[in-house]
Amino acid sequence: MHATLAEGVNWVGIIDWTVRDFHGYETRRGSTYNSYLVQGEKTALIDAVKAPFADTLLGNIDETVGLGSVDYVVANHAEPDHSGSLAAVMAACPKATLVTNEKCAEILEGYYGAREWPTHIVTTGDSLDLGGRTLSFVQVPMVHWPDSMVTYCPEEHILFSNDAFGQHLASSGRFDDELDLSVVMDEAKTYYANIVMLYGRPIARALEAVGGLQIAMIAPAHGVIWREHVAEILDAYNDWVRCRPRARLLVIYESMWGSTDAMAHEILAGALGHGAEIELLEVGSTGRTRIATEVLDAAVLAVGSPTLNMTLMPEVAGVLTYLKGLAPRNKAGLAFGSYGWAPSGPKEVHAALEGMGVEMLGEPLTARWRPDDEVRARCREAGRMMAERAVRAAAEGHLYPV
Amino acid sequence: MKKYECTVCAYVYDPDVGDPDNAIAPGTAFEELPDDWTCPDCGVGKDMFEPLDD
Ligand SMILES: [Fe+2]
Ligand SMILES: [Fe+2]
Repeated sequence: MHATLAEGVNWVGIIDWTVRDFHGYETRRGSTYNSYLVQGEKTALIDAVKAPFADTLLGNIDETVGLGSVDYVVANHAEPDHSGSLAAVMAACPKATLVTNEKCAEILEGYYGAREWPTHIVTTGDSLDLGGRTLSFVQVPMVHWPDSMVTYCPEEHILFSNDAFGQHLASSGRFDDELDLSVVMDEAKTYYANIVMLYGRPIARALEAVGGLQIAMIAPAHGVIWREHVAEILDAYNDWVRCRPRARLLVIYESMWGSTDAMAHEILAGALGHGAEIELLEVGSTGRTRIATEVLDAAVLAVGSPTLNMTLMPEVAGVLTYLKGLAPRNKAGLAFGSYGWAPSGPKEVHAALEGMGVEMLGEPLTARWRPDDEVRARCREAGRMMAERAVRAAAEGHLYPV
Repeated sequence: MKKYECTVCAYVYDPDVGDPDNAIAPGTAFEELPDDWTCPDCGVGKDMFEPLDD
């Protein structure tokens, strides 16, 4: 199977329809591992795929150009979703030279051991003349790993962006205009939030590095190829790297016997009708992938846990640990929750949020055993205050400096 | 004061800016950063940094 981007530039990747767990990221719509063939007088393969799909990739290459005619194999990134089948490709393409940067070569050796592959090391500014077509390289460290690199074909104005601008999205269409744009953008956002949210500053540097290029198409290593909506995805990335706040309040919580749940609903009730978009997300039934995605552009987070075993609930702790790693910026927040004799659950939520740089809007809201009328009123008041805060944050449009 | 670059991810520590996300005030020299300070972009230690020539 292949799909054509331009004459002599073909997608020869893999559609992974059934994957639902990508190292803990819930890939509800599956994924793709995109490989591309660029033909000049010489032929280059850009990136390989996950190990289990090696044979399908080889079949796609063979059907498109013939395995024997691959001169170069470009490795933009050593993570196994792109390199797992590299050894199979190098073995099946007898005249291929591996083209990669020093860091990527190092990691490939770490994963697969020292190999005898003929290797050509490149760095930012280098290019490879294919005869009539050129590939030029820009290293974009931390988008997604230290080795990450993008490859640009100036004749076709195609940016092979590897993980950047990707989406975990399996689809029959290979291009952004072949399916509902809201689905593509939603998966691009989910991908950004769960894979690279913490690398806002390096991504901003990468956006700057490729900003001078004329880009007709962005061909990422996952999901569909951007050709109709290049400007939209670049705009979205420019907002995401700066954590542009939207007028949204998330109420994220877990409950034991319904008290923290009741507080969450009082916060929701108080927040409604003040111009902000509110979402109530129970951790256990929502999952951390979706929560991280919603957090990306929410201005305010209310996070609730009761005390369980003298600490916070493990589901909430898991989400907070996940978020700590993803490092959302530019947020305000409040902790809440119920307790019986020791309010350590909500206090630990407060400390965790504070520890990840969330501006805390007050001390934790707590309820002993059950939220009484007074606590319920305080929850509604806090909901109103947080909704107004979210609206103000969006209006002021304060951006995280990158 | 010298700038230092992370050899893993190319982050540049600029003493004039500090590392406000991690409570490092502007004006803090690289040498004065706490031993457990890590690269804010990729997490490696101070030993992975090299001075930038100006
Ligand atoms: Fe990756
Ligand atoms: Fe990837």
